[in-house]
Amino acid sequence: MTKLTNLTIADALDGLAKGEFSAVELTQAHLDAMATKRALNAYITETPELALEEAKASDARRKAGKAGSLDGIPLGIKDLFCTKGVLTTAASHILDGFKPQYESTVSQKLKDAGSVTLGKLNLDEFAMGSANITSYHGTVENPWKAKADPAKKLVPGGSSGGSAAAVAARIAMGATGTDTGGSIRQPAAFCGITGIKPTYGRCSRWGIVAFASSLDQAGPMARTVKDCALMLNAMAGYDPKDSTSAPVAVPDFAKALTGDIRGLKVGIPKEYRPDGLSDEVNKVWEKGIEWLKAAGATPVEISLPHTKYALPTYYIVAPAEASSNLARYDGVRFGLRVEGKTLDDMYKKTRAAGFGAEVRRRIMIGTYVLSAGYYDAYYTKAQKVRRLIADDFARAFEQVDVILTPTAPSAAFGIGDNSDDPVTMWLNDVFTIPTSLAGLPGLSLPAGLSTDGLPLGLQLIGRPFDEETVFKVAGVMESAAQFTALPEGV
Amino acid sequence: MSLDKATVRNIAELARIEVREEELDHLAGELSNILTFVEQLAEVNTDGVAPMASVAAVTLPTRKDVVNDGGYPQAVLVNAPDAIREEEGGFFTVPKVVE
Amino acid sequence: MAYLIQGETCDWEIVIGLEVHAQVISNSKLFSGASTLFGGEPNSQVSFVDAGFPGMLPVINETCVEQAVRTGLGLKAQVNLTSVFARKNYFYADLPQGYQISQYDLPIIGEGTLLIDLPDGTTKPVGIERLHLEQDAGKSIHDQHPSKSFIDLNRSGVALMEIVSKPDMSSPEEAGAYLTKLRSILRYLGTCDGNMQEGSMRCDANVSVRPKGSTELRTRCEIKNVNSIRFVQQAIEYEARRHIDVYESGGDIKQETRLFDSGKGETRSMRSKEHAHDYRYFPDPDLLPLVISQDFVDGIKATLPELPDEKKARFMGEYGLNSYDAGVMVAEKDSADFFENVAKGRDGKTAANWVMGDFFATMNSDAKYTWTNPPVSAENLGRMIDLIKDGTISTRLAKDVFIFMVEEGKDPATIVEEKGLKQVTDTGAIEKAIADVFAANPDKVAEVKAGKDKLMGWFVGQVMKATQGKANPGMLNELIAKKFKE
Repeated sequence: MTKLTNLTIADALDGLAKGEFSAVELTQAHLDAMATKRALNAYITETPELALEEAKASDARRKAGKAGSLDGIPLGIKDLFCTKGVLTTAASHILDGFKPQYESTVSQKLKDAGSVTLGKLNLDEFAMGSANITSYHGTVENPWKAKADPAKKLVPGGSSGGSAAAVAARIAMGATGTDTGGSIRQPAAFCGITGIKPTYGRCSRWGIVAFASSLDQAGPMARTVKDCALMLNAMAGYDPKDSTSAPVAVPDFAKALTGDIRGLKVGIPKEYRPDGLSDEVNKVWEKGIEWLKAAGATPVEISLPHTKYALPTYYIVAPAEASSNLARYDGVRFGLRVEGKTLDDMYKKTRAAGFGAEVRRRIMIGTYVLSAGYYDAYYTKAQKVRRLIADDFARAFEQVDVILTPTAPSAAFGIGDNSDDPVTMWLNDVFTIPTSLAGLPGLSLPAGLSTDGLPLGLQLIGRPFDEETVFKVAGVMESAAQFTALPEGV
Repeated sequence: MSLDKATVRNIAELARIEVREEELDHLAGELSNILTFVEQLAEVNTDGVAPMASVAAVTLPTRKDVVNDGGYPQAVLVNAPDAIREEEGGFFTVPKVVE
Repeated sequence: MAYLIQGETCDWEIVIGLEVHAQVISNSKLFSGASTLFGGEPNSQVSFVDAGFPGMLPVINETCVEQAVRTGLGLKAQVNLTSVFARKNYFYADLPQGYQISQYDLPIIGEGTLLIDLPDGTTKPVGIERLHLEQDAGKSIHDQHPSKSFIDLNRSGVALMEIVSKPDMSSPEEAGAYLTKLRSILRYLGTCDGNMQEGSMRCDANVSVRPKGSTELRTRCEIKNVNSIRFVQQAIEYEARRHIDVYESGGDIKQETRLFDSGKGETRSMRSKEHAHDYRYFPDPDLLPLVISQDFVDGIKATLPELPDEKKARFMGEYGLNSYDAGVMVAEKDSADFFENVAKGRDGKTAANWVMGDFFATMNSDAKYTWTNPPVSAENLGRMIDLIKDGTISTRLAKDVFIFMVEEGKDPATIVEEKGLKQVTDTGAIEKAIADVFAANPDKVAEVKAGKDKLMGWFVGQVMKATQGKANPGMLNELIAKKFKE
């Protein structure tokens, strides 16, 4: 029998239904695995007692014939989701000791579906980063190693680095992530797993520590397309507590995996093939196009002319919103407080001690671009370019049904590489950011390995609220890719 | 755009983050680089384009005027680093402000 | 006639603009479901949203939107069908999010007008610049501890309407008239209770001066959070003179925010506002633009009550009141309604005299009297007036009936019956009483006949006393005059 921790969510649900094993056994297997992989630092907080309690309750429900859609499935929750009574840090010193008295809508929905919580997963501080190297609770290690240098520690990507590493290392069956500029898709690609950022408004933001309100979206990270569909079914849905939540029905995403994409048009944006795009990334992209052709879809070259402006646009809009969203971290009502002689003194000392360098940089840029005299030149300008970027996609979707691009410009790099210049680090998100600015659904799945044996991902982008087409095409690509490689020690 | 120390000091003040004197130069350099990077947007012709504040395609939903929240002062105060907790309520405390 | 302050070098005019923050009457807060009741246990009316916890999001209260539209219509102002909420970013202990959700570029209400009533009976229009919705902040208490301030967030998130006037006022009197009228309109509409002592209506006054006849606008100072109309007037007077002193001694006024010290009657600079605030307004990304339909606005318009100006004009026309009396009557909707219930179908001036005289005097004499528990009901007061009109009682007797109504709460007819207060209209009875008084005072009769007309009043008084005040005064005067002519 397959090791319990190597099962997919779909297969585990099957096994539980058939009584092949219990939820408690499934959870215990994961808790045991977690204990052997602490070096990865994927978890900030492990919740074994809670997990076993929930697993017991799950078995009881199943026995009574009342099993939910994810009953008994052990998941990790990115430590950006507020979990009632459980330490929630956003990987920041400034939230030391914070135990929310409320549960985020998305994590509550997963509980309502019967899932089990293994713990809170590590991330870049306040979700700001693409390598999970800015966490106050330590860097996360990618379970994958390069063939040429197996001792070198690699980044898992970010900001949902802990989530991606945990799922790849089989110490969580699935995990929640959040994606603001690529934080689900890029780590999924670096860790050889699947992840989807749904359409903006598909999942509720209530109870998720806010970074950039007009961009943040929760989404699932798991080992297969079907697993992501099953998780998204439970996570998505209109929430009246979130004014940006979309009042649209949630289809059964798993049912979208028909395997039939004949006649579909797949956009290949020429701007995603800049000079200097790595050969192996290009190769895997070409392979992806071949797979889709073989399945009866038609590739169509499209142009998204404002693509190169997406990064500067994002790095005005996201920091601006963040500078305001993070003003509430002031030492008064929760988290860290550093005493001061006056109120302002306390604010300044608390926030200086509590925020890391990347967060501080973004708050300061955000404060600057919103300040008097600069608002029009930066913020208003960026919001206008954002509209042009969204219009590019809208125009493209008049010709095509889905868009295929690489997820990231490279495979996972070493912890410590690239860390001097913040802008260089930001280039990791060059393929994922445009999708976020336009609010479109974007999925990454593993398509192949680099010459160094590291996973390379491909991204599928869909029309607003058309996750179904994205899932459908992803399912076909997954079958074609036959990505069976595993990180070491799994 | 190149930022000088005085500007960085001002931004830090607005953001209420203490920046040590010796950090100012380096920070000014980093922020200046970032601004130079984002200033490429000036190349884009945005005449007649309306700024996009949200990708959510809906207008603001409203809620009915009923009292269905609040009334849990202990939960509101429990995470406070310093608070006065009383029977029915309580206060957050901060260093004294002189108006 | 313009209000001028005499300076050393010239006469000066004052330029005044007022910003009023009015707490919206609603059950729950603007963006959360916590209660807005005044006086609850500290932090007991606070949701996680109001306390700015991580991950919390705002959802707008439809009643607060209605109240803002209602107020805008009451101010004859433009209603903007699309408006945007913006964050005003600053740090303060009573502002948990580190920003206030307000409106900046596109407020819900645009330009309008408010007519102020001046003591000389004239009205003057004062322009309204805009009205927008925003969150109130919590409360800081600084005197409970030697080194700490205490924060209560009960008020954090309560809906406020910020009503900004144009700088059209030119005297403390006009400012007072503006606030009085605005308060009255808000109370008529039921959108704010206007209680300045409790803080549900607060005023910031913007003051500058200029030489008489000039049209320039000089630097203004803002006096914040003045909590009574009288203090606003005092603050304006003081501040204007301060500006004049500075200019006349060759100095310049720098723009600043000040507080009014009601004890000293002076304004002083606010220490904590030394830095120029850069609020970095931007549209709140948690909230989409608010879009209301014309139908929605029309629906509210249809439910507007008759407002003070219209009611005053109608009272003058329908009930023959003069401008002053009508103004007094309509200042509060409750008194206007009470008056109308008394005056309907009766003589307006009589009704006004009774309401403004005996009735108001009694109302104000004891705090237990309120509009829900008046000393005399409108029906009873009206019936009493009917009894005067049909001659059952005289005006003089009515004063006694009124007092009995207050004490016993019975209707006037019953009181007249029980206390025997019917006026005497029997000619014979009055003539007999006159004859008795004449017989008892022959020397005085002679004096009157000799020309001392003034003594006639004494006779009237004596007969009145003899009849326990019940003689019909008109008949009495007539019959005494006749008797003297005999």
